[in-house]
Amino acid sequence: MSLGFFYIAAAFVIFGGLGVVLTRNIIYAAFALLISMVGIAGIFLLAFAEFLALVQLLIYGGAVVIVVLFALMLTRIEDFRNLSDNKQWPLAGVIALCLFAVLAASAIFSPVPTFDREGVGISELGETLFTYWAVPFEVASLVLLVALIGAVVLVRRSDHNEEVQEEGQE
Amino acid sequence: MIELLHFQVLASALFCLGVYGVLARKSAVLILMSIELMLNAVNINLVGYAAFRGFEEHHRSLGHVLVVFVITIAAAELALAIAIILRLYRNRGSVNVDKIELLKG
Repeated sequence: MSLGFFYIAAAFVIFGGLGVVLTRNIIYAAFALLISMVGIAGIFLLAFAEFLALVQLLIYGGAVVIVVLFALMLTRIEDFRNLSDNKQWPLAGVIALCLFAVLAASAIFSPVPTFDREGVGISELGETLFTYWAVPFEVASLVLLVALIGAVVLVRRSDHNEEVQEEGQE
Repeated sequence: MIELLHFQVLASALFCLGVYGVLARKSAVLILMSIELMLNAVNINLVGYAAFRGFEEHHRSLGHVLVVFVITIAAAELALAIAIILRLYRNRGSVNVDKIELLKG
């Protein structure tokens, strides 16, 4: 029964991922990413990681896909309905297939001892996160702050320095 | 019955899709999306191990904590990468990574 649900969620993940890497329309790729992320949230639920499933939906389904769509809107990629791939895409496919063969074979032929599926409760997760991992947690908040400031500084339409440069080019 | 093996194979398939996307796509935004796929493949693996390895109470949640950190770092990385892409578009008028060859020898 649960295996059926797993296959449904895995189909979401895999077909979403295929959509991201294969589709010709870049907007469809963004929505395929959304489908894939929803599938991953389902996988997390099947592993009894309900908090992570919620976070996955909120962060990826909500924030990341929207940010990517904004990036697509702001960059106006040349003929976005008909993207082409690199010249080396067959080589990329071979590399990806080989990597998959190696990874899957190593997972299949060296099984690790497993036990029954067992989840981690939200309270347990919070306790660990805020006692054992409190310092890394705070550092992560610092990383987010730095990324925020860095992003603002990078995209700010800047001072006359650049205008002079542009005029010089003209 | 779900096994750990299912999670491992699914994670490796998703990771390889991401690798293919990074290598074969031209647009920088699509490469970014493929990187997100790879990060999520790692997350699936971590959650799978946390659920199936039967660690003690104290150690079991570490996998989930790592996933929380991966998601955090992925969000920060995405914001910075989008900023860089916008900058690139403003300066060069294109986000095609094949056309950006300033460092080509």
